[in-house]
Amino acid sequence: MAQEVYHEAEPAKASLLYDPKVRGIAFQVILIALLVLGIWWIVDNTIVNLRRSNISTGFGFLRGRSGFDISDRMIDYGSDSSYGRALVVGILNTAVVAISGIITATIVGFLVGVGRLSNNWLIRKLAMVYVEVFRNIPPLLVILFWYQGVLALLPNVRDSFALPFGSFLNNRGFYFPRFVWGDGSWLILAGLLAGILLSWYVARRAYARQMATGQRFPVFWTSLALIVGMPLLGYFLGGLPVSMDFPQKGTFNLTGGTNVKPEFLSLFLALSFYTASFIAEIVRAGIVGVPKGQTEAYSALGLRSGQGLRLVVIPQAMRIIIPPLTSQYLNLTKNSSLAVAIGYPDLYAIGGTILNQTGQAIEVVVIFGIVYLGISIFTSVLMNWFNTKMALKER
Amino acid sequence: MKHIAISVLGAAAAIGLMASAASADTLSDVKAKGFVQCGVNTGLAGFSAPNDKGEWTGIDVDFCRAVAAAVFGDGTKVKFTGLSAKDRFTALQSGEIDILSRNTTWTINRDTALGLNFAGVTYYDGQGFMINSKKLPGVNSALQLSGAAICVQSGTTTELNLADYFKANKMEYNPVVFEKFEEANAAYDAGRCDAYTTDQSGLYAVRLQMSSPNDHVVLPEIISKEPLGPSVRQGDDKWLDIVKWTYFALLNAEEAGVTQANVDEMKNSDNPDIKRLLGSEAETKIGTDLGVSNDWVVNIVKATGNYGEIFERNVGQGSPLKIARGINALWTKGGLQYGMPIR
Repeated sequence: MAQEVYHEAEPAKASLLYDPKVRGIAFQVILIALLVLGIWWIVDNTIVNLRRSNISTGFGFLRGRSGFDISDRMIDYGSDSSYGRALVVGILNTAVVAISGIITATIVGFLVGVGRLSNNWLIRKLAMVYVEVFRNIPPLLVILFWYQGVLALLPNVRDSFALPFGSFLNNRGFYFPRFVWGDGSWLILAGLLAGILLSWYVARRAYARQMATGQRFPVFWTSLALIVGMPLLGYFLGGLPVSMDFPQKGTFNLTGGTNVKPEFLSLFLALSFYTASFIAEIVRAGIVGVPKGQTEAYSALGLRSGQGLRLVVIPQAMRIIIPPLTSQYLNLTKNSSLAVAIGYPDLYAIGGTILNQTGQAIEVVVIFGIVYLGISIFTSVLMNWFNTKMALKER
Repeated sequence: MKHIAISVLGAAAAIGLMASAASADTLSDVKAKGFVQCGVNTGLAGFSAPNDKGEWTGIDVDFCRAVAAAVFGDGTKVKFTGLSAKDRFTALQSGEIDILSRNTTWTINRDTALGLNFAGVTYYDGQGFMINSKKLPGVNSALQLSGAAICVQSGTTTELNLADYFKANKMEYNPVVFEKFEEANAAYDAGRCDAYTTDQSGLYAVRLQMSSPNDHVVLPEIISKEPLGPSVRQGDDKWLDIVKWTYFALLNAEEAGVTQANVDEMKNSDNPDIKRLLGSEAETKIGTDLGVSNDWVVNIVKATGNYGEIFERNVGQGSPLKIARGINALWTKGGLQYGMPIR
């Protein structure tokens, strides 16, 4: 009975115009067609206009000789290298500052975030002041503060601050000795690898033994001895292959050693400390978000507060922390393009130079878009994987 | 749905309007809007910098005023856009400005691949180096700069010449590259670099902005040719002609001895050359053929003076820079400035 009534009400027999499903699809098709038409029209218009003003187009310019030098570079590059290689130098510089920034910001952020929940009044208030100061200042200002307010005020080369281990600090940056790896250095690396592998094995065995017999084994000290001892053994077996290259005073600058330039330092410090203030709040929110019952539960089980935090609270807080943390990592990476204000040769700065030397504005901007999008998507994928790993596993 | 469709159409229409703004008839566009939009340096003393009253001054600025005077008979009908080295070509290509008059070096790449046309050379320059003689007492040649940190502005021919010069002389250096002129100046003044490099005229201007100008010396080497001049978009010959002949008119006025002070009186001169130049020849068509009025040269000289006057006022003896005419003198006085005949 009821079914028959339902059949009569079926709108398919009426006009297709009133079928919500058909209508929905029709509208979507129209929208996509308009979108494609719009994009095609914009692209066509651009190409026609560029051709009319006799501006050359295409990505062929990337193979041309760049003709300019870059001071900070991870790979071999000179003025004879191509524009494409210059871009790679820029991408790597962006990656270096982003990765080192993310690591430092995470460490500082976690410390400050936990500090905000400390029982110690001084630590709690200091952490609060830190967060409120740094997250309320625009990142560009923080960068300029480090560059012009701190590093530019350091003494010049002749009056460098001498630091321990043959390091120097002056307004050209931070100089420290560099290891020169001679023949036989591979033994040290081999020793390090062997040390790590052995430590992992020891830790596994110790865990298995504790599970079986309840006896504990000093895993930490054994691993430390292995990781330090094995490379040392390699060092002696290889016939002391490593020497040091100390920075020395040259005509203009210190020569030798490794030089971390003030442009990198200020960008790195600014981005780390700026982003850390946001991460601190995320961490605090994550920890506070774990129900109080959990704290009471671990106390009832007899865990100390440090243990409880490490084994019970943080693992649960991580689930709240990771998704917003990803956004902060992406922000830090994108904020690194502010490097242009202080002359650190990141992707944006080098791309800008290429844009100006070749006049290929549209192409360079497209490359900017693709690279930043690529880096961001890569970070997101990585963090989503990490998130899935940390997610609650119901057993 | 409807809303999205409408906004997509709206956005497309807006982009269409923007694209059509850079049309091929700049003269009509300029006349329609009532002023010349001129791209200049954000602050290079002698070339284009705001003075203490907030008015733009300098050779590059005065050249734009001369073009405005030729088109409108009024040198004030011009608006200035301050541009960094990096933004300048895009601003011209996209039609944001009508003339780029921003100490820009004429090179084949810019003339061809960038879609520009250079209208002349308003200043023959060359690249040099400046150092702080207090900090580096023994240095008196650029060849002693091996290993130095050098401040330079990005996206300039300067940056390229620098790389070539150090490579050719087998010297090492450490470039510290800034996007903005002001940032490079500040970093050099703070001691971030041992040397500063740009066009020599620019070095004299930068020197005046340092905290203690007398400590800084410009080294004698000139490592490149830097012919600086105004440029326009390719594909608009009429506008190129106006800009080009404004430049030649300034030179011819100087050669004929026509100055801001005596231009009205010179209109009555019997000299046929001067009569032709100032449009007082009977039945003359020189100005109208160019697309401007026949008394265009009178308007130009009234607005800015002749080339020599512009030079002396902005970078020469009448300015703090005190740069000698040198190769920028007229060809009759042993220089390179040569105005094509107006006839």
